[in-house]
Amino acid sequence: MKKIVWAGISVFGAIALGQIAASRGESINSFWLVAAALCVYAIAYRFYALWIATRVLVTDPTRATPAERFENGLDFSPTNKWVTFGHHFAAIAGPGPLVGPTLAAQFGYLPGTLWILIGAVLGGCVQDMVILFFSTRRDGRSLGQMARDELGPVGGAAALIGTLAIMVILISVLGLVVVNALKHSPWGTSTVMATIPVAFLVGIYMRHVRPGRVLEGSIIGVLLLLFSVVSGGWIDHHAIRTLFDFDSGTLVWLVIGYGFLAAILPVWLLLAPRDYLSTYMKLGTVVALAFAIFIMHPEIRMPAFTKFVDGTGPIFAGKLFPFVFITIACGAISGFHSLVSSGTTPKLLSNERDIPMIGYGGMLLESFVAIMAMVAATVLDPGVYFAINSPSGLVGTGMDAAKTISAWGFPVTLDQMNNLAKEMGEKSLFARTGGAPSLAVGMASLFGNAFGRGLLAIWYHFAIMFEAVFILTTLDAGTRVGRFMLQDLLGNIWKPMGRTSWYPSVLFTSAAIVASWGYFLYIGVIDPNGGVNLLWPLFGISNQMLAAIALSVATGILIKTGRARHAWVSGLPLAWLAFITTSAAWEKISSTDVRIGFFAAADNLAEKLSLGKLPPEKAAIAPKLILNMQIDGALTIFFLAVLWIVIFEMARISWRKTIGLPVPPVSESPHIPSRLVEDWVRD
Amino acid sequence: MNRIFELLRQLSGDDAYERYLAHCRKAHPGREPLSRKAFFKLETERKWSGIRRCC
Repeated sequence: MKKIVWAGISVFGAIALGQIAASRGESINSFWLVAAALCVYAIAYRFYALWIATRVLVTDPTRATPAERFENGLDFSPTNKWVTFGHHFAAIAGPGPLVGPTLAAQFGYLPGTLWILIGAVLGGCVQDMVILFFSTRRDGRSLGQMARDELGPVGGAAALIGTLAIMVILISVLGLVVVNALKHSPWGTSTVMATIPVAFLVGIYMRHVRPGRVLEGSIIGVLLLLFSVVSGGWIDHHAIRTLFDFDSGTLVWLVIGYGFLAAILPVWLLLAPRDYLSTYMKLGTVVALAFAIFIMHPEIRMPAFTKFVDGTGPIFAGKLFPFVFITIACGAISGFHSLVSSGTTPKLLSNERDIPMIGYGGMLLESFVAIMAMVAATVLDPGVYFAINSPSGLVGTGMDAAKTISAWGFPVTLDQMNNLAKEMGEKSLFARTGGAPSLAVGMASLFGNAFGRGLLAIWYHFAIMFEAVFILTTLDAGTRVGRFMLQDLLGNIWKPMGRTSWYPSVLFTSAAIVASWGYFLYIGVIDPNGGVNLLWPLFGISNQMLAAIALSVATGILIKTGRARHAWVSGLPLAWLAFITTSAAWEKISSTDVRIGFFAAADNLAEKLSLGKLPPEKAAIAPKLILNMQIDGALTIFFLAVLWIVIFEMARISWRKTIGLPVPPVSESPHIPSRLVEDWVRD
Repeated sequence: MNRIFELLRQLSGDDAYERYLAHCRKAHPGREPLSRKAFFKLETERKWSGIRRCC
């Protein structure tokens, strides 16, 4: 019977994939995308994930997990598997899987979709699961500690520095998304600003009024957030709207100031309540989006491939290979997840047998979020999609932009864009780069069709608020983590700097972290070609670099523990990541195309400046832009070096193991039988 | 319905203090557990000191 069901799923999945692959020229229904994704996930989970768990990792249900052995009623605490799944998913899923596919849709719907599916089932899910397993077997240690224990001090240092660097780039690119979504949008800006006092209120409630009543506080907070979306509309129709109408130059400083404030305020006042609220918003919106796509199953309007596979795309430059693979990191494979899979989730895991469901399954769900983001981007008229996402430095504004984009073969008119902007309650939707506004338009039209079209403007600003809220949460939390890492590093040089509660140290390190990402954010905003083209590839490369570090640790452990025969499980995705990351980084360093190569762009601008070809306002910022391109190029070289150092260390250790030379000992903790299995009724 | 509410409380951390009390009674019967307010003060500090959110 079971065999028949699985055969049915396989056949249906094959039909869905066939529909997608065979449709050329005519439009295809998003139902087939969703159906193909779900079938691929089901088959991959049943046959690949469970095979890895039982044959390669050999999970042992009788073995006590760190949560059981070190139970303290606080962070180590055996938890129901669905609750652990919820915590794990909420921690791994951020704005990345929503933004990446939206940007990659410039190549058409097919390349991104295929990479999201294949990358997730063979790469991302495997990474999350094996790291979760190895960390569980090592008392819940973090990725950095595992790298040091298993690959030696060089690997450990590379992992630490890599993590700090990716944090800075991640925050700056996310900050850019928020700035672009809020510029000249009083409705959006006032709504997002209102979330700060709402968080204060909820924080005070949960700390002093009713300590620890998380559910009550969260319900009050969510209601206030929804109210702030509606009241933003009133502000927009009132004279005070000018108070919230900012250009991007002002918004940058507001975001930077906010980031610094959030880093030095006590967590209970801002960070913790904001995190609760954004988690509920995120889960609720993901469910609503799935529901809307399921009942609406709209037609996909974007072609399977666009002509921009040749590298001339307006949103970011670069050919389909390798740039689709680094543009979509989260949703296919994201190195950042290995930081949650190690260290955080193992402390909740009550039994090793839940590892495939939480590690592999959690990432499958994130991959599905990415598929939904792809649907939301590609159900828009391609002309509208490109008008929203193309920077004005490239296509001009208003009438010019409409003409340029129509000439590419994606017809769009000025009237159409003006009507759309009016429907969404915005002044203009041209050149709103960063992915958030186009996703919000996509979501608003889906929600509008599913739950009532009269409220389009409210849906649009709800979507903007939802994205901004959890981007700002990532920004707060990331700045704080970066601060701790920096304090840890500086503590080695001068002891007092390492004390996390010493105020001068807190102020200094917070300012240093905020200044680092603030710098990249500022440059991204003043760049005339749009900071997305500059920062997003850098983010993709750094995230894939971290994934390669995690997979190197996993492959090293597999070989050291005598499982070389199965080392391809993490070794193959590692080889692919090393290949695409190196290709992309190489192009960013050496390409002579000024939109791709960092150094080429710097030289080109320097030449124009010295020949006096630039208009005065561009000449004023040119030196900053030149310096920044050189920094970006140097950073790319640095990422490439870290990547290959870790791979080389892994290969060296594996080689020594194979020919019988001594290697760092396997750091797995001894087998202690679980007591939970007999006396704990499992569900 | 009750079961769903229980799961929701666990998921949000609403019942963290009760779980902590249960653990204290079982593991350290002689010791006085923290008060509700003190417990959540400590918990909030601890929870947001590590990597909790991704991209």
